[in-house]
Amino acid sequence: MAEIRVENLIKTYGEARALDNVTLAFADGGFFGLLGPSGSGKTTLLRAIAGFVIPDSGRVFIGDSSVENTPVEKREIGMVFQNYALFPNMTVAENVGFGLAVRKISGQERTQRVRDALELVQLGPYSDRKPHQLSGGQRQRVAMARAIVTKPRVLLLDEPLSALDKALRIDMQIELKRIQREIGITTIFVTHDQEEALTLSDQIGILKDGRLIRHGAPRDVYSDPRDEFTARFLGEANILSGTPEEKGLRLRDGALISKVKTGSIAVRPENMRITPAKPKSPNCLRAEMRQRIFAGALGTCVLDWQGDVIKVVARDSDFYGVPDTGPVWLSWSDDSTIEIADG
Amino acid sequence: MSNRFLSRIGLLYLGMILFFLYAPILVMAVMSFNASEFYQLPFSYSTEWYERLQRNDEILTAAWRSVWIAIITTIIATTLGTSAAIALFRYEFTGKRVLQVLLFPPIAIPWLITGTAMLIFFFGVGIGRGTPAVIIGHVALALPYVIVVVTARLSTFDRSLEEAARSLGASAWQVTRGVTLPWILPGVIAGGLFAFAVSFDQFVVSYFLAEPGDSTLPVLIYTAIRKGFTPEINAVSTIIIAISMGIMLLAARFSNFGGER
Repeated sequence: MAEIRVENLIKTYGEARALDNVTLAFADGGFFGLLGPSGSGKTTLLRAIAGFVIPDSGRVFIGDSSVENTPVEKREIGMVFQNYALFPNMTVAENVGFGLAVRKISGQERTQRVRDALELVQLGPYSDRKPHQLSGGQRQRVAMARAIVTKPRVLLLDEPLSALDKALRIDMQIELKRIQREIGITTIFVTHDQEEALTLSDQIGILKDGRLIRHGAPRDVYSDPRDEFTARFLGEANILSGTPEEKGLRLRDGALISKVKTGSIAVRPENMRITPAKPKSPNCLRAEMRQRIFAGALGTCVLDWQGDVIKVVARDSDFYGVPDTGPVWLSWSDDSTIEIADG
Repeated sequence: MSNRFLSRIGLLYLGMILFFLYAPILVMAVMSFNASEFYQLPFSYSTEWYERLQRNDEILTAAWRSVWIAIITTIIATTLGTSAAIALFRYEFTGKRVLQVLLFPPIAIPWLITGTAMLIFFFGVGIGRGTPAVIIGHVALALPYVIVVVTARLSTFDRSLEEAARSLGASAWQVTRGVTLPWILPGVIAGGLFAFAVSFDQFVVSYFLAEPGDSTLPVLIYTAIRKGFTPEINAVSTIIIAISMGIMLLAARFSNFGGER
């Protein structure tokens, strides 16, 4: 196990900057989620740690050793690929044993370690199957077992669950977390699915256009996203803008949100309430109901405020008495106001 | 016009192609079993020409030489060609595109010209004529075929398999042996069979590069025909055709040559 650090990583492809001066530390034994839209550089960062991408400049540390000049095969990493990349000509046991075989570990020890790894991912009885005889979830487990059997210093996961259907994905998230806790390995995983990142990671980093724009504990980043991109990318956010004044933020419709110093604020959809009559809360707006969407336990109301779309999410029963169309009042408590830095 | 009519025309067309391709070969094969030396009919079955062939040391020596030259050519061309195909697949380097494009023209250049060029070149650099020159020439002719066939197979190979193997600690050679080669093996076998066929059936380049005393089978046949035609030639040709077709059918089995099955 080891702490992973990258310092001032820069990687350009022609004109495009895939990594733009990224500096980040991944705690020993932690589960770190790299999150961002496609083209944000999250996969490039992962591949730079693995050694498949050679950065133009900057440093990569695994533990105390700097590895910029170490080839992939000498970095002692374990990696799970998006399509699992199981060797089609080998059985499950041979796949898992491959990393041991190339290290010249054979006989009893190899058999035992392969068995233990398959046990850990609960695939013991499948060791003689070929990859094409397995389901998606089982292949995912084989890929995990293969990546950890060599006792790597870091586990790198490249969108490991994106090929699975939703129900299976949630099962595998729990599974992944269990395995990671059990062996306590430093894990870095890349995803574009923010829910997945929030569920799995104890630290997340958000990338945009090759730059690391925010990192921290998921709860901290979610509750205080600081900028509009993070607010919108991590969960949903209603952005309300206006002009900053002495007493607070003067919104476009004239309402004053006191004690706010920035030019816009964000309010999470689950923190807004809709009432037919004007509420007592100082943070309230007049908006127009557009649509009410029933989706089982939770419902969504879509509203129009000054030409912007506002979403409100709540238990469907909480929308009792709200008209389907026409003017209503929106309100939220002071601590639900998120200040958004400009730019 | 109905579809049925069109498909009948198609069938007729296909039938004619197969007829003109195979009829001469069939006539030759049949005549190799005809007792008459002058193709006289009615046909009377005989294996005389095959028996005579067994006693014809000249033809047997040439046949044996053709076989082992083809085997050596196959080994060298398959090894070099497969390595080249893997290198072209795996690495980016300057001039890669130019190199890839330059692989194809030799297939289209008439062998007569290639042969002349090789003869002049080999004399220029001091290799001269002889069996080594023949083998070098055959390898050069077979190489593009191997590279093309193996590259076609590699295009179905998932690159992340090599990355996965490297992430597990495998060296370049361990990756190739454990992961890449098993996947491209059918292509390598097909490429090898192509190389064998190119060498075994080669006339022009062998004719230019072989010393008069040690001709390969096709060269010997050509010389024999000029002296006077005997049905023994039919017999030996029938054997060559059987071998060549066998090889090509095998190659088609291993590559997807001629479409998906």
